[in-house]
Amino acid sequence: MMAFKYGVLLFVFWFLLSGHFEPLLLLLGLASVMLTIFLMKRMNVIDHESYPLHLSSRFPAFLVYIFREIGKANIDVIKRIVTYRGKFISPQLVEITLPQKTDLGRAIYANAITLTPGTVSVELAKDKIIVHALTKEAADDLSTGNMAKAIPDQAINK
Amino acid sequence: MIIDVLSWLSLIGGGLIGIIGAIGIHRFPDFYSRQHATGIADTLCAMLILLGLGLQAGLSLAAFKLALIFIFLFFTSPTASHVLANAAMHGGLKPKLDSVATEERS
Amino acid sequence: MFIVTSLAILVTLGLVLARALMGPTVYDRIAAINMFGTKIVLLIAVLAFLSGRMDILDIALVYALINFISVVAVLKLVVYGDFHSSEDENIKPVKAG
Repeated sequence: MMAFKYGVLLFVFWFLLSGHFEPLLLLLGLASVMLTIFLMKRMNVIDHESYPLHLSSRFPAFLVYIFREIGKANIDVIKRIVTYRGKFISPQLVEITLPQKTDLGRAIYANAITLTPGTVSVELAKDKIIVHALTKEAADDLSTGNMAKAIPDQAINK
Repeated sequence: MIIDVLSWLSLIGGGLIGIIGAIGIHRFPDFYSRQHATGIADTLCAMLILLGLGLQAGLSLAAFKLALIFIFLFFTSPTASHVLANAAMHGGLKPKLDSVATEERS
Repeated sequence: MFIVTSLAILVTLGLVLARALMGPTVYDRIAAINMFGTKIVLLIAVLAFLSGRMDILDIALVYALINFISVVAVLKLVVYGDFHSSEDENIKPVKAG
């Protein structure tokens, strides 16, 4: 069932990428989608972790939040670059505990940290994450844990 | 008309921010702080340029492909940055941490 | 207008390439090349609109993927010395602090 859903998704994806209507090409696309699904089943990668569709309801809010954060952080870092005279940055390493339960939530959190300019996750362990921050403000901002609350992370209820 | 102006603005803004990011990787003192300048170019610059192009394309297959390029960059760039920083840290490259400037400022 | 953008991207490319050539450590060079690849993707996308041939966007798409794979592969080569080992026995993690 899951494989079928992903097959439909993949076929729509193939169609949008190619934009062809000819029956032969459609058949070839179908064949390639089926081959991909077969390989995925063989590799055993069809699960909630590789296709987190169960998080999609919380994803738009997270996207809006992350885009706003990216914008703010970008403006800050651009200001630092333009005014940099050797002392307007204060690089530091901070250690942050991860509140997320699942590996997927942790990965999304680390990616979100790296995606906002000014902070780069350097080391990812089981329950903590070491972040290199460009400024003290960015490090303090991260330590408050506001971003962690916005991460879509819920247990897969089965 | 308005869409044209908007797309030109975002195209030029993207180009400018790209140049600022490139200046940043020359100005910042060590590898880890240069990563942040790279982050600018990967996020806001790419966002603005692809947004400008998408506004020019309108609703078409080209706009979808632009969105797809953006999604790929959006997912791969943090991973690449993290892998790079992690490898540099494991390779023994010490970050130039700040002690003087923080004391001066606080 | 596309010409202005592509010129701006070309200037960026020049600056990034200078960092890749100067870079004191190998990681600086790889980071610069990573950014170079991102900029090339954007340049190809702008060129598609400049020439009016939308097929070029596919190349940009594939380049974005290849860029990521190549950065990870080069890093693996730099860190491990070959492409096939996965255990980090000979690398001592540095205490961060």
